[in-house]
Amino acid sequence: MPEQQPWEDPSGAISGTGAGGATDLAMEEGGSLEKSPGPDGTGPAGKPRSLWSDAWRDLRRNPVFIISALIILFLVVISIWPSLIADRDPLSCDLGKAQEGSQPGHPFGFDGQGCDVYTRTVYGARTSVTVGVCATLGVSLLGGVLGGLAGFFGGVWDAVLSRITDVFFGIPVVLGGLVFLSVVTSSTVWPVIGFIVLLGWPQIARIARGSVITAKQNDYVQAARALGASNTRMMLRHITPNAVAPVIVVATIALGTYISLEATLSFLGVGLKPPAVSWGIDISAASQYIRNAPHMLLWPAGALAITVLAFIMLGDAVRDALDPKLR
Amino acid sequence: MGRYVIRRLLQMIPVFFGTTLLIFLMVNVMGDPIAGLCGDRQCDPATAARLRAEFGLDKPVWQQYATYMGNVFTGDFGTAFNGQKVTELMGTAFPITIRLTIVAIVFEIVIGITLGVLTGLRRGRPIDTTVLILTLVVISVPTFVTGLLLQLLLGVEWGVIKPSVSSEAPVDELIVPGLVLASVSLAYVTRLTRTSIAENARADYVRTAVAKGLPRRRVVVRHLLRNSLIPVVTFIGTDVGALMGGAIVTERIFNIHGVGYQLYQGILRQNSQTVVGFVTVLVLVFLAANLIVDLLYAVLDPRIRYA
Repeated sequence: MPEQQPWEDPSGAISGTGAGGATDLAMEEGGSLEKSPGPDGTGPAGKPRSLWSDAWRDLRRNPVFIISALIILFLVVISIWPSLIADRDPLSCDLGKAQEGSQPGHPFGFDGQGCDVYTRTVYGARTSVTVGVCATLGVSLLGGVLGGLAGFFGGVWDAVLSRITDVFFGIPVVLGGLVFLSVVTSSTVWPVIGFIVLLGWPQIARIARGSVITAKQNDYVQAARALGASNTRMMLRHITPNAVAPVIVVATIALGTYISLEATLSFLGVGLKPPAVSWGIDISAASQYIRNAPHMLLWPAGALAITVLAFIMLGDAVRDALDPKLR
Repeated sequence: MGRYVIRRLLQMIPVFFGTTLLIFLMVNVMGDPIAGLCGDRQCDPATAARLRAEFGLDKPVWQQYATYMGNVFTGDFGTAFNGQKVTELMGTAFPITIRLTIVAIVFEIVIGITLGVLTGLRRGRPIDTTVLILTLVVISVPTFVTGLLLQLLLGVEWGVIKPSVSSEAPVDELIVPGLVLASVSLAYVTRLTRTSIAENARADYVRTAVAKGLPRRRVVVRHLLRNSLIPVVTFIGTDVGALMGGAIVTERIFNIHGVGYQLYQGILRQNSQTVVGFVTVLVLVFLAANLIVDLLYAVLDPRIRYA
């Protein structure tokens, strides 16, 4: 087994800069594990004081978790049904009203093209949430599976994967985005999601590899091996349930950073392209009018900051709950 | 130690080639490098074919990569879109970005570690909570928003700084951009130092140091800080590469003509030589920074010995 690099420590220095995980996933898993046999099939229902039930109890009492979960719930609802709170079309604009401030029916005013800033801010949530959730799912699946397998089997595959992750870590993300996405002309979210998955999976792979290696050395895994359990059974029943926590934590925090990354790329003009509605695009457009009409910048920027904040706070809360060392 | 260094250097070779090949392929996917050479018009087919042959673009990609790398190792990074040597562009761009990165790292070290020590020693007190919330906010607001807001407030509204940096980019004009560039990492350094200090404050050696009557200041600086800074040094070291690559956004906002600016121009003009050249150098910086961090590790933590 190649030596572990200092930054490969799953609980280490840069876990906070990480990639994202689906929030709902983390919550669902915490919840369902408490009441019924987990999705992984560990143990009998309601087994007292398992890591997950402990974590869930902690989370329910944590105000930070409740606040961030409510914000995220709200964001998810308005991304699915934006018309619940905004009944206009985000693409219908009136140039005559360009840069005008707040007025009745248009609480956030108008942007440089005379579009309603409120409607565009509401519709922008859909883009951000879609990018965040899809990219996180993709990154977690790809990185989790590859990293987990490398950690489990070790040897040549592990060495190869470690070098491959080194390669991807060598590419600065924003820079890679500029190069890779500058040819894309599509205005859908998929190229951006694909790019984030492409550059994001090594981070999760490292975390998954580290935690699988740790879990593999536990006595009960050795015992299962001695009793003749197959590789598949050991991976699914013994290792995965015990190695998944760090991945979920890093993935949740990363979800926030992916949303921020999408906005950054859109701001640089290579992420999403108009007519897509994205906070990054709106902020970029607003930066030209920043002296005359700062409201155009402040609303989407505020929405973006609150969204990212909510996911990072949620990740923090989940980590505190899952990491017994911090209690 | 010597053998460890050699092994690490050998490990860097495949990583270096892998990363540069990846970027090379991305740039090739990026589009037709010829398209940018005839201004905004399409090149006529004959000219295009001639240019293609001249730059070796009619050859297979692996051969182009091999030729390019061969040139790089003899110090020839090719020619930028305006006919300047890419090495000349690097000569003007890198000093600016390095200055910007140094300013950012100084901010990380001075503010980040100070705040981290203050909060780590006072866990749960109001100052701890305040700083923690502040770091969360800083992490959550994307850099380009922070940059635009500071530019608006300090540069336009209050006139404290110039909203855009002049082409020489002296250090005093880079202070605010450096702070913007450092902001997110600054918050991570603070949190990391805080966690590390809080963990080590309960360690046996700290209790011993206090028990034998050392002054508090000495306990904190010589015993606690020295042990707690190990993960922080790792983070800051690996951050050097990330900062230089991430400077694109900051340089764009404050109009700094550094590496990010040249790269952005290279991408806009689809000039693969500029892009691949700059990225190659950035990758080298990143790899070197990682190696130095690993070696520093052994110096800072005597428990770690490399065979």
